[in-house]
Amino acid sequence: MTGWLAIVAITGLALITVATRCFFIATERELPMPAWLRRGLRYAPLAALAAVVVPEIVMTQDHLIHTWRDARLFAVVAATAWFFWRRTMLGTIVSGMVVLVPLKLWLGW
Amino acid sequence: MHSFRAAIADPQFRRGVKDMAEVSPGVAAWALVTGVAMVKAGLGVPLALFMSFTVYAGSAQLAALPLMAVGAPLWVIWATAVCVNLRFVIFSAQLRPYFQHLPLRWRLAAGYLTADLTYVLFLKRHPAPGDRDAQMAYFWGNATFNWLSWQVPSVVGILLANVIPTHWGLGFAGVLALLGLGYSLTSDRATAISALVAGTAAVAAFALPFRLHIVVAIAAGVCVGLLMDRTAKAAS
Repeated sequence: MTGWLAIVAITGLALITVATRCFFIATERELPMPAWLRRGLRYAPLAALAAVVVPEIVMTQDHLIHTWRDARLFAVVAATAWFFWRRTMLGTIVSGMVVLVPLKLWLGW
Repeated sequence: MHSFRAAIADPQFRRGVKDMAEVSPGVAAWALVTGVAMVKAGLGVPLALFMSFTVYAGSAQLAALPLMAVGAPLWVIWATAVCVNLRFVIFSAQLRPYFQHLPLRWRLAAGYLTADLTYVLFLKRHPAPGDRDAQMAYFWGNATFNWLSWQVPSVVGILLANVIPTHWGLGFAGVLALLGLGYSLTSDRATAISALVAGTAAVAAFALPFRLHIVVAIAAGVCVGLLMDRTAKAAS
């Protein structure tokens, strides 16, 4: 996709970003929300993270992986171990990548 | 503009920057990969820059790119982006009480800048609406630094698309950042189980069109959380 059509597509995508992120923020009308929903939404941030993260770890090309020889699994173990040992974010990212990159480059996992 | 200047002077602004800085290497790696992907999808440098600076939603961009590359109809591209972004609608409902006192244009600016990590970190630090000035200062610090951590590497990825190797699995750094953040949000058994259910639901529902599995997973996580709240209350 190139030229004007691409510009139209991208402009639409930008408007979708604004519309979804501002959906309940833009309006000044009262917004009655049942109390149970308000309580339940406390679980939404973590659920959204899990929904993005888990498929990225255990799926390849829309399918569950069937091998343990996948660099991502070892990277996640390393990153998880670091997180619960030291509780630092940078270390979590770095330790995972230190395991991932060699496995991918040298073993092709 | 006065409110933004006051926010920068507030110590909470730096707090927001600092919280974001901890996860920004992951954001940066993800942005770099997205920058490369935009050019590789055939957009060319000017359009890729245009997309990065206007759309500012990594997962929607990555979902739209393959569709744009094959020349899919506009409505398919847009419907996909709406579904990928549906989680932001849920986020906006939660953020509403924090932003309601702002004038419309500031609310729109704040909403636009609420990417995933800013939303998660903001609610982690401020679980309930309270001291407005401090909370908004934290928000602006966090959100502007999130914007920078995304746009700078994204532009680098766009400009150096043909020399940056992506087979290293660089983008996985973004997943690891989200993973660490997820662990830090897991405060008790109920949140842990809710997250496990959401993750499993996402995998199970992955075949749904328009990446709707994310919305299904959030709904599953919230339902399980509510159920556990109820059983905990019944037991006590």
